[in-house]
Amino acid sequence: MLVQEIYDNLKEKFPEAVLEFIGTATGDPSTVVDAGQIYNICKYLRDQDGLEFDYLALLSGMDYKDKFGTVYHLYSLKYKHRFVIKTYLPKEDPSLPSVERIWKTANWHEREAYDMFGIKFENHPNMIRILCPYDWEGYPLRKDYVGQETYHGVRIPV
Amino acid sequence: MERKFIEYDFGRVDSERMRLNVGPQHPSTHGVLRLEIELEGEIVTDVIPHIGYLHRCFEKYCEQMQYPQVIPYIDRLDYIASMNNEWPFVMGVEKMMNIQVPERVEYIRVIFAELNRIANHQIAVATFGMDAGAFTPFLYLFRDREMILNLFEHTSGARLLYNYFWVGGLAHDVPPNFKDTALNIIKTVRATNEEVMRLLMGNKIFVERTVKVGILPADVAINFACSGPVLRGSGVEWDLRKAQPYSIYDRFDFNVCVGSNEIGVIGDSWNRNIVRMNEMEQSCRIIEQAIAQMPNEGDVREKFPKKVRPPKGEIYCSAENPKGELGFYLVADGGNKPFRLKSRPTSFVNLAVLPEICKGYMVADLILILGSIDIVLGEVDR
Amino acid sequence: MGNFVFDLIGKNIVAALVICIIPLVFILPYALIAILGELKIGAWMQDRVGPMRTGWKGVLQPVAEVVKLLQKEDITPTIANKPLFNLAPFIVFIGAFAAFAVLPFSEKFIPSGINLGLFFVFAVGSFAVIGIVMGGWASNNKYSLLGAMRSVAQIISYELPAGMVFLSIATIAGTLDMQTIILNQSGPIWNWYIFGGPQGGAIKFLFIPFFVILFIVYLISSLAETNRTPFDIPEGESEIVAGYHTEYSGMKFAMFFMAEYANMYVVSAIIVILFLGGWSSPFGTSFMDGPIWGIFWMVGKAFFFVFVQIWLRWTLPRLRVDQLMYLGWKVLLPLSIACFMAIAFLAMIN
Repeated sequence: MLVQEIYDNLKEKFPEAVLEFIGTATGDPSTVVDAGQIYNICKYLRDQDGLEFDYLALLSGMDYKDKFGTVYHLYSLKYKHRFVIKTYLPKEDPSLPSVERIWKTANWHEREAYDMFGIKFENHPNMIRILCPYDWEGYPLRKDYVGQETYHGVRIPV
Repeated sequence: MERKFIEYDFGRVDSERMRLNVGPQHPSTHGVLRLEIELEGEIVTDVIPHIGYLHRCFEKYCEQMQYPQVIPYIDRLDYIASMNNEWPFVMGVEKMMNIQVPERVEYIRVIFAELNRIANHQIAVATFGMDAGAFTPFLYLFRDREMILNLFEHTSGARLLYNYFWVGGLAHDVPPNFKDTALNIIKTVRATNEEVMRLLMGNKIFVERTVKVGILPADVAINFACSGPVLRGSGVEWDLRKAQPYSIYDRFDFNVCVGSNEIGVIGDSWNRNIVRMNEMEQSCRIIEQAIAQMPNEGDVREKFPKKVRPPKGEIYCSAENPKGELGFYLVADGGNKPFRLKSRPTSFVNLAVLPEICKGYMVADLILILGSIDIVLGEVDR
Repeated sequence: MGNFVFDLIGKNIVAALVICIIPLVFILPYALIAILGELKIGAWMQDRVGPMRTGWKGVLQPVAEVVKLLQKEDITPTIANKPLFNLAPFIVFIGAFAAFAVLPFSEKFIPSGINLGLFFVFAVGSFAVIGIVMGGWASNNKYSLLGAMRSVAQIISYELPAGMVFLSIATIAGTLDMQTIILNQSGPIWNWYIFGGPQGGAIKFLFIPFFVILFIVYLISSLAETNRTPFDIPEGESEIVAGYHTEYSGMKFAMFFMAEYANMYVVSAIIVILFLGGWSSPFGTSFMDGPIWGIFWMVGKAFFFVFVQIWLRWTLPRLRVDQLMYLGWKVLLPLSIACFMAIAFLAMIN
């Protein structure tokens, strides 16, 4: 199925939650959805006949300077089509539902997004840091990140 | 006083569980991976991977580097298959900038990527054998890998971290005797693979050790978004080279190898490795065809852009790495540095499935299952 | 041999010490040769050259390694149980060393010709288990503990089939004295117990398969008892780091190492004594036979089996614990019991 068709299908099912379709001249088109509805939308995308996005290739956290976001890259192994979903999150206390129960692979990806951007995923079974030490301060991939000066008394080289 | 009833279960002896840290310094964790495991006797009841010992925030680095400067950092992700690592990034930037690379470059890229796939699978099978205690096949495979690395060294000047695929072309042209050397390598690889099939994969003890160990059903594998031999070992025919042909892979005749029920059970450790063994043969076939079709003349640098400055936009470009799908999600803001470069690290995703498949097996099996997933910590931790 | 020394020096403490040291005269050069063999045979099988720097073609490498081990710091973990930790390597080594007291080298050359030789070897062979479990437990390391537990389970399980093999040969030979067992097999090559022994006449050909099975059973059990591949589970380096000797370093580690090599010779010698005629010449009593040639045959045959162990180490992967137990209890033990009964029958009709 083409991306446009999938978008239309989704728009019909979730008229309020699906916000915007971004088609660019270069690169992949994507669909912006309401962050609060992400769990329902993803569940629909996985279970609906004809869509069956059973493979979450990548879940990325984003910092757009004025807002945060998450990006989901989906495949369907059966129909071999791809789809990209985006959410935008406020700068203060970003949080959205976890999709860990839909795709298990989201577990580590969401932990990474939390580790790097401080985006909280609700209903995640184990929302702790993954790559940085468990007691690290700050979220390194934020654009306004300023690193710790010392860690356990050891000076961190800049 | 309240009377307590004590029930005896004679089938099972209650024992104290032991928590054991396997790693970060352990001979067979393939790097600095720490597995916190809970043991009941020898049976593994729980596994918690702790990663990040090699974390260097590669993605943060990339935001401060110009596009060509990112490539050496990408080499250091999966340092065993650097040629393959560079490809999806370079391809993504080329797609955004609308560069059509010359034919000859495409062929050379395919040949090098497939040679590196062979080298990677050789290490994967060799270390897997060593985890099981077979040391000799390890050295046989490393001996052959040396030939591939020598060719890479002749071409790019480096043995491990090549920085060879550049946006729009290649860093250098191939050496004059390139075709003969590559064909010679294939011949040796085939001969050794036959030997390893008999010495290791067909060995009764090895088969007993690996068959029905760490069974990963297909639906679980897909749900965990496993890719590469881990996914194909579970019988899912998914190879990006066939599923979404990139570059010139649609011109070659090769098979997607999947696990079977012949010796083991679909999705067990043995199947994951036989897929790797078979894939080496398929890579050899691709290289043979590519060498036959490759144009002899052409400048590999002719399509180099003056400035690497992709327009505003975003792209997710992925390629079939030896370990699975490696993708880069590149967000460009029109400048000469990426706004955001997020990698889809194959080993990171594949490793997440480990706790799921090794509960109830023994410690010795845990090591084998870890070996069969074939991770590189440079990529897991980034 | 013991009596000879007593006659020479007189029955005093010095003579006893000299007798104790005699096996060392053999063990130390043997261990060096075996280590070199391990290095060079491994290299040859793996298409490498092996150590080349020390001495001509690297022949002095084992010496260099021993010197290195002697110089290394002797580390005892602070939380280890020190007396047991320090005692363990000695006990393991004593187990291997004591067996040499009764191993014959030729007709005339045996440190101590007791008439319970086979029983003695079997008894001191189990001695090593105590040392291993001591070292594993006292190290206060979980890997060591796992290795020690595996080792105990393994050695005790494999002593049963080995014991049945000893029993079968003792039954057919009618003695536990090694010299007598070897003397029984002297003469032509078909007098060896692997070919059914000297007794029996034509009917013994029916029983040859049982002897061959016993031989294979003992070969496998001996690998398990010496912790060699494919049964090196107690020290499987990819799983439990180094098993029971994880925490040992320097000379204490060297003693574990030496004990392993000494054990390799002991089990090889037992195989040769039980099945392959010990020091007797394969060409009958007339050719290349006698006390001096006896040493050659005995050591030569035993070295062949040491070579076999090295060969297997570089060829085979490692078994898993449950597969090891399965093999020991459900395959080797019933087989050896069946063979024992058949051979007991043969001994009865003779």
